[in-house]
Amino acid sequence: MRKQSDFVHPYIPNSVPAVKARIMKEIGIESIEELYEDIPEALRLGRELNLPDALPSECALKRHVEQILAKNRPCNETISFLGGGCWPHYVPAVCDEINQRSEFLTAYAGEPYEDHGRFQTLFEYESLMAELLEMDVVNVPTFDWCQAASTSLRMAERITQRTEVLVIDTIAPDRLSAVRNYCLPDVKVALVRHCPDTGRMDLDDLKAKLSLEVAGVYFENPSFLGFIEDQGQVISEMAHENGTLSIVGVDPISLGVMIPPSHYGADIVCGDIQPLGIHMNYGGALAGFIATRDEEKFVMEFPSRLFGITKTSVEGEYGFGDVAYDRTSFGVREKGKEFVGTAAALWGITAAVYLSLMGPKGMRDLGQHVLQKVQYAMKKLSAVKEVKAPRFAAAHFKEFVVDFNDTGKSVAEINQMLLDRGIFGGKDLSDDFAELGQSALYCVTETHTQQDIDQLVTVLSEYL
Amino acid sequence: MEPTAKYKLRENFHQAKWDEPIIFELHTPGERGVLVPEAEPEVAEAVGDGLSALPDNMIRKQPPALPEISQMRVLKHYLRLSQQCLGADLNIDIGQGTCTIKYNPKINKMLSASPKVTELHPWQDPSTTQGALEIMYCLDTFLREISGMSRFSLQPSSGSAAIFIMVSIVEAYHRARGDADQRDEIITTIFSHPSDAAAAAVKGYKVITLYPGKNGLVEVEALKAAVSNHTAALFITNPEDTGIFNPQIHEFTHIVHKAGGLCAYDQANANGLLGITRAREADFDMCFFNLHKTFSAPHGCGGPASAAVGVVDNLIDFLPVPVVGFDGKEYFLDYNLPQTIGKTRGFYGIFPVILKAYAWIMSLGAAGLKEAAQVAVLNNNYLLEHIKKIKGAASPYSAGKRRIEQVRYTWEQLTQDTGVTTEDVTCRMADFGFHLWSSHHPFVVLQPFTIEPTEAYSKDELDEYLAGLQKVVQEAYDDPEKVKNAPYNSVVHKIDHSTLDDPEKWAITWRAYLKKHRKVGSQD
Amino acid sequence: MKRLGLIINPIAGMGGKVGLKGTDGPEILAKARQLGAKPESPRRTAEALRRLEAIKDSFEVITYPGEMGENVSRQCGYEPHVIGHISSGRTDADDTRKACRDIKTQNVDLLLFAGGDGTACDVCMAVGDTIVVLGIPTGVKMHSAVYARNPSRAGDLAALFLQNKTKNIKEAEVMDIDETSLREGVVTAKLFGYLKIPYERSHVQRLKAGSPPHERVAQQAIAQAVIDQMTDDCAFIIGPGSTTRAIMERLELEYTLLGVDLVHQKRLIGKDLSEDQLLAAIKDEKEVRIVVTPIGGQGYLFGRGNQPISSEIIKLVGKDRIMVVATTDKIASLQGQPFLVDSGDDAVNQMLSGYIRVVTGYHETIVYQVTS
Repeated sequence: MRKQSDFVHPYIPNSVPAVKARIMKEIGIESIEELYEDIPEALRLGRELNLPDALPSECALKRHVEQILAKNRPCNETISFLGGGCWPHYVPAVCDEINQRSEFLTAYAGEPYEDHGRFQTLFEYESLMAELLEMDVVNVPTFDWCQAASTSLRMAERITQRTEVLVIDTIAPDRLSAVRNYCLPDVKVALVRHCPDTGRMDLDDLKAKLSLEVAGVYFENPSFLGFIEDQGQVISEMAHENGTLSIVGVDPISLGVMIPPSHYGADIVCGDIQPLGIHMNYGGALAGFIATRDEEKFVMEFPSRLFGITKTSVEGEYGFGDVAYDRTSFGVREKGKEFVGTAAALWGITAAVYLSLMGPKGMRDLGQHVLQKVQYAMKKLSAVKEVKAPRFAAAHFKEFVVDFNDTGKSVAEINQMLLDRGIFGGKDLSDDFAELGQSALYCVTETHTQQDIDQLVTVLSEYL
Repeated sequence: MEPTAKYKLRENFHQAKWDEPIIFELHTPGERGVLVPEAEPEVAEAVGDGLSALPDNMIRKQPPALPEISQMRVLKHYLRLSQQCLGADLNIDIGQGTCTIKYNPKINKMLSASPKVTELHPWQDPSTTQGALEIMYCLDTFLREISGMSRFSLQPSSGSAAIFIMVSIVEAYHRARGDADQRDEIITTIFSHPSDAAAAAVKGYKVITLYPGKNGLVEVEALKAAVSNHTAALFITNPEDTGIFNPQIHEFTHIVHKAGGLCAYDQANANGLLGITRAREADFDMCFFNLHKTFSAPHGCGGPASAAVGVVDNLIDFLPVPVVGFDGKEYFLDYNLPQTIGKTRGFYGIFPVILKAYAWIMSLGAAGLKEAAQVAVLNNNYLLEHIKKIKGAASPYSAGKRRIEQVRYTWEQLTQDTGVTTEDVTCRMADFGFHLWSSHHPFVVLQPFTIEPTEAYSKDELDEYLAGLQKVVQEAYDDPEKVKNAPYNSVVHKIDHSTLDDPEKWAITWRAYLKKHRKVGSQD
Repeated sequence: MKRLGLIINPIAGMGGKVGLKGTDGPEILAKARQLGAKPESPRRTAEALRRLEAIKDSFEVITYPGEMGENVSRQCGYEPHVIGHISSGRTDADDTRKACRDIKTQNVDLLLFAGGDGTACDVCMAVGDTIVVLGIPTGVKMHSAVYARNPSRAGDLAALFLQNKTKNIKEAEVMDIDETSLREGVVTAKLFGYLKIPYERSHVQRLKAGSPPHERVAQQAIAQAVIDQMTDDCAFIIGPGSTTRAIMERLELEYTLLGVDLVHQKRLIGKDLSEDQLLAAIKDEKEVRIVVTPIGGQGYLFGRGNQPISSEIIKLVGKDRIMVVATTDKIASLQGQPFLVDSGDDAVNQMLSGYIRVVTGYHETIVYQVTS
């Protein structure tokens, strides 16, 4: 057991007793306690922290952590059909190569001089996303889609000075929860219904709810439930007639083959860049984007950072900096512009690398492959007795709802059975979407082989 | 400070400068960076080209104008850009005060790159993710001990997100008691993180900001002037970014509690206090830690980060869901918090960062954590001692007092004497391979600079940084123009910020830049 | 080629070093000279001009003859364009004002002037806010906020402005100091008017939320916050200042910038009222509140120059009914110095001292120190 007084740790260079003593002498103290003289006795812990024994040797630490991690059974050791905003896509090796670079990994907030590379890379990220989305303003990433959607809605509030928002009721449950919390208490959140057979937004319901208090209407495309909303143009027009903004949450992977929301009237577009070269990481590697047109009234409402390109004192050199444009007049009741802090920049850098590698053809090939695999999976699954796939009569991208109601088995039972056979079945929707009953959300991407899908179908057929 | 041969100010330092074009300028039609597999022939046969199933009005006819570049060239481009970035691993990163930039152990990076981490999906059956859940649960218990709080949520994406969660809990708490409408004010201080005020505003609170007295500390009288039966909560950092610990903190929490408010502890500045004092002893109801500051996870150019929010017993029910529970045999995701504020983030938390924080704590243990705190404070006071002696520099407030883990200094005298400002000094420090940060707004301390050494750098490295400061100051007195026109050895020369505020001129994306600054139709 | 106007009040600040406050009359001036006082402003001006060395060739200096600017300019190595006429050794406020008007006709980009609060009043009288100006302080404690912190800073700021590196302009208060009272130890600083000066906003990365809004926006936000509190049964005494003016503008009411107005039910009841008029007007009001903003470089909340809001009225209304408003930029300009109150009544001063709430935005307030 190492004693406190001779504890020298590799992460703490000045814990070497001789160095510590020298520093103490130079600053004229006899004990470190003198440095804490401002902290009253009554506030002192007064004892050692009760934590497990330390593992200061790297070898022991590694073994310890690996032993714990060994209890995980990740998706590369099974077949998984889980998605829902954290998706399995192939991560090109160059993506990891770049985001593991010390320079990027350990940089933070230096100036656009000594951290120029960080600024340029994130500017390129913004620019590459801009091409995908066909919008001229994209932010430096925020935390995730939940945050991006929440902020988009509050931006709409600030821009229109209205205090209600409409949100499609097929929005991801996590996002609905986050949006509700983020809007409480100043902004009212109301749901717009979808048509039960196609999943599309119910336009009559939208019409009924579009009052003059509505700042924005939000829907997702593809939906959280996988189907494609093809009424975007009409929804945007209805919104605009009412002075309401059209806000769309989109999966960037779909934009190689599907038109971006800016093409059907969206004013603010948001989503997650996790599928662009980022591993799933247990849902802990998300990053949100928000995009708008290049108009002052939008730019001044972004709480996130916006990196812009500019010049330097030398001809031809590119410089970068924050576009920090603030409100030029006070409207009626603005209360600040949310907050910004450390978010997810490294994932923005990764997405830039991904999009640079993929190029337009890669994005199209990928989109096409996903479409084909999803259609194949739906076709095969619908051939299984009593199984309805897809549940919604619409085109789908990457995900679809499988309806097991007629099989007499619950999704929980089915998924347990699948688990025993080495397959992670689709997410059980019966709690969050009660009207769908025993249904599950299945995700299929380019990482699923035909064999994987056939295997699923075989196992299900045997069981049901 | 005697010069020794053991450190050398890098007067010949030059940062990598590749004059690297913007990625779009590398576009070469036809090149491919990575190929996507084709669907198997049987799949294609069964469903066709896939695209035809899309509604025609949804099909993207015009491909996105992404550049086409071969793989090695993409790699080279981004590697070069990475070289033009001064990561903490490469420099003596003590100049980014308040950010707590310490060593990010590479073993932790290695562990979090394992497929046992990267290929986990959050919706997997918990029986298949016991490893991840165990680590999250254990980190929760560690932080409880470190802070004295009763339960932690690891959901927040960052410090600001944690602050927002704490504000949400305050709101939910008062709403449950029926006086949320009346309690519409949150009190904070001018030296606290701006997100304390900003997050409160999102939840509709009126914000009261306390300014310090002459000694840089917020006084009890100021708090009393702000507290009333409208008070929902106090959000405060201690020590604040000045590095001074407010010894009256317990009186503060007492006053707020008496008025019926909650007390939230922003522990962004926890690095000097580990094992010394805790949120509990000062009677806070909740606190948060930045896992990417104090607990050694890397900053990633600005994220991903992570934070942990801890609360006392009677606030546990309000935490965002899920938290991780343990029933004696298995770990599980616990959604059973009756008054939860819901979710603020997708899924559960930033697992790779959580893992790094866990590993760091395990490596150091109780004694190591305390050692880290004490050495961080020692290093900070060492720098204070020497910087005070630099002509033109000063540390305002509490003359002669010690600081905790960082100090807010001022170059005001230097500026008066020479015209060189804190921004100028920052630019010249870059010429020696250093960062130097000022302060966030508003500049209560004029011409500020903030230095936070942490425990991660050796004495020689601290001396090298000091030598840099001294050199720049000497230059400022001898030849101010030299400092004002810096940097010379960095990646680029003086940046013209003026276009960035001008709607006609700003360009947040390359396509905007081309539209505004190049003639239309001249794109290559 | 940019054009820099330069005017020096040659006798400003002479009294200070020999223990006399102000040099506003020939007798005082003679006395100061007798005591061995030397002119301060030429030296200070030279300090400021030295900071413009590096960009010397990019602007021309336009100034008045002899001790009003020409001498110092030449000493600092400039070839100034000299206009106007003076009687050397016998210049006065009239000369200052004429100089300002003449130099303005030369279309200068910036007018630098060296002097005291009196000089600032002269400049204000002559050109008002029609051109951008900046003061080189000759005293230590300037009441007018149009002065830079020190001569070097004035030079730095002028350099930035001439190079277009800062384009920010704001209104700053000009204070009229009664120098007779000053010599008797009583500060009577009265808001005289406003001048337009350049200022620098530091370039800090947008790491975290919280960079303060522009002055104008902040004032509008503050105005809205005050208006929200205007209940029908309460009369509002609106003190002088540009931040309080924003309230009147937002209500679309007439107002006096330098005087005290009275508002009730969002209508103007009285304009530019004296102490007696105010007392009479509020006598029968159920509830009265005072809205004031700290004035001048020293942050006076209530000074003897802030009559008609006298100590009597403050006593009547009570501390709880006083609303202080100020932008965060204004607070920052005080550099940590508390607000000052000098109502003329010690008891009232005591009552106001300590900490007070200040409205700094919409739903944003701060708590700041007040001292007497």
